[in-house]
Amino acid sequence: MRLESLYQEIILDHYRHPHHAGLREPFDAEVRHVNPVCGDEVTMRVTLKDSDAGPVVADVSYDALGCSISQASASVLSDLLTGRTVSEGMEINDEFLALMQSQGEGEPDEDVLGDAVAFAGVSKYPARIKCALLAWMAWKDATAQAMGEREPA
Amino acid sequence: MTLDVARIRKDFPILERQVRGGQPLIYLDSANTSQKPRQVLDALADFYERHNANIHRATHQLGEEATQAYEGARVTVAGFIGAAEPAEVVFTKNVSEAINLVAYSMGNASAARSGGRFALGPGDEIVITQMEHHSNIVPWQLLCERTGATLRWFRVTPEGRLDTSDIDELITERTKLVALAHQSNVLGTINPVRAIAGRAHAAGALVLVDAAQSVPHMPVDVAALGADFLGFTGHKMCGPTGIGVLWGRRELLEEMPPFLGGGEMIETVWMERSTFAPPPHKFEAGTMPIAEAAALATAIGYLGEVGLPALGEYEHGLVAHALDALREIDGLRILGPAEPVDRGAAISFTVDGVHPHDMSQVLDEHGIAVRAGHHCAWPLHRAMGVQASTRASFYLYNTHEEVDALAGGIREAQRFFGAGGR
Repeated sequence: MRLESLYQEIILDHYRHPHHAGLREPFDAEVRHVNPVCGDEVTMRVTLKDSDAGPVVADVSYDALGCSISQASASVLSDLLTGRTVSEGMEINDEFLALMQSQGEGEPDEDVLGDAVAFAGVSKYPARIKCALLAWMAWKDATAQAMGEREPA
Repeated sequence: MTLDVARIRKDFPILERQVRGGQPLIYLDSANTSQKPRQVLDALADFYERHNANIHRATHQLGEEATQAYEGARVTVAGFIGAAEPAEVVFTKNVSEAINLVAYSMGNASAARSGGRFALGPGDEIVITQMEHHSNIVPWQLLCERTGATLRWFRVTPEGRLDTSDIDELITERTKLVALAHQSNVLGTINPVRAIAGRAHAAGALVLVDAAQSVPHMPVDVAALGADFLGFTGHKMCGPTGIGVLWGRRELLEEMPPFLGGGEMIETVWMERSTFAPPPHKFEAGTMPIAEAAALATAIGYLGEVGLPALGEYEHGLVAHALDALREIDGLRILGPAEPVDRGAAISFTVDGVHPHDMSQVLDEHGIAVRAGHHCAWPLHRAMGVQASTRASFYLYNTHEEVDALAGGIREAQRFFGAGGR
């Protein structure tokens, strides 16, 4: 049945038991993004730390209100991007965006996207792509703001 | 006269479609846009195939025929809603444009500082309600920002009725306009427009009625309602998209400044200034949706043949059945009146553990088309304490079997998401 291809078990697991949920201190930037179509919303905080390889995502915390796809997406994102350098995170973000825009034709690389490959089926449902992207757009925005704060004075 | 749904369904070609891999279409999204009968589709094709020309300015036979079709549609609309004369009927793109027309005209009157009942300033008030569609909220917010007037609103009760207990504090001598929905697009609630209009008029205020959800389903008479302005749209009443109506009392339309400037709305034009055509043409700048107006008249004729009283009675039966069926589902909350009294054919609901977006996805997999989200009524959803809802809305072509399929689909979604329920 097609429903199972959209709602893969990984998505339902993350929806029922979201990882890293809740808003935590301290944080470098906080954003609130909404999907005006359905009213889904996510508040996301990003904390960065320094490393030899450049700034690294130390924590992603969030408060998400919405459907299974948007909630699971925030959970998967927090798993995937925490501990990555900002540049790696941006690359993964671009990869996920490309998958969502693939209209069901994408061949996701599990080495890059991890659990996020489960969202491949979402790209066949134009009305749901925004649900899957909500947290990712919020992360990108919050991280860009956090990077801006780090610019040397 | 009773409604023969099997015969009616034959008029709607789209109802023969299969969706999502061979499921018969169950279309429960008519409050969003209705489906169109063959007669209306034929009217569109007939206009373009045989009569297409621009109106009012083409001095040839086709121009005469097109003008006849367009102005004939105005006469049909006027008769349909009990307007005193066809000149009170202004064609617009939709209800949003109809409401914006009044709001921007009032803004123009305010900017001209010419005084009069359309000019607003600090101290003046516009009263709306918490259950309005965004299109009857945002234009008034913008107008208040431009003029310094104050926006106030009726609240809704937990049952989803209009709370009129503070009507005396809300409608006062400061009130210039009361704008409200005849029927809520989310709750289905039918509002006591006549009584509220009476209070508004006693206070010297004008009354604008958003009738987008009522005109397709019940006989509406502008005089009996006590309205000064009333807007509705063709595409929710078996007509095409792109054609709507603003009805306004003649003396008001005459006094109001224009909204959009352009061709056909003028009387004379100099380089420095212009004078304007009398209503309704004063408000119809540029080439209008001519074929769509003609097809709207066909839709009105179609509804007339079915008979709005018969349609209303049939829908009432569907809604009563749906309310009964939904009430039996554990964890389901109906937003709005739970009894089929003073309520129309839209039912919004939430189900514990299944987000509306996920609910509509599962229903869609069963071929059932509903709407999920806030239905352009975000403040109302906040007032009802929910983030979003699923809405099933019915029209003359829906059946009792489709109501049962809806209930079955909701239970299926509960099973899929492990949300309990029987």
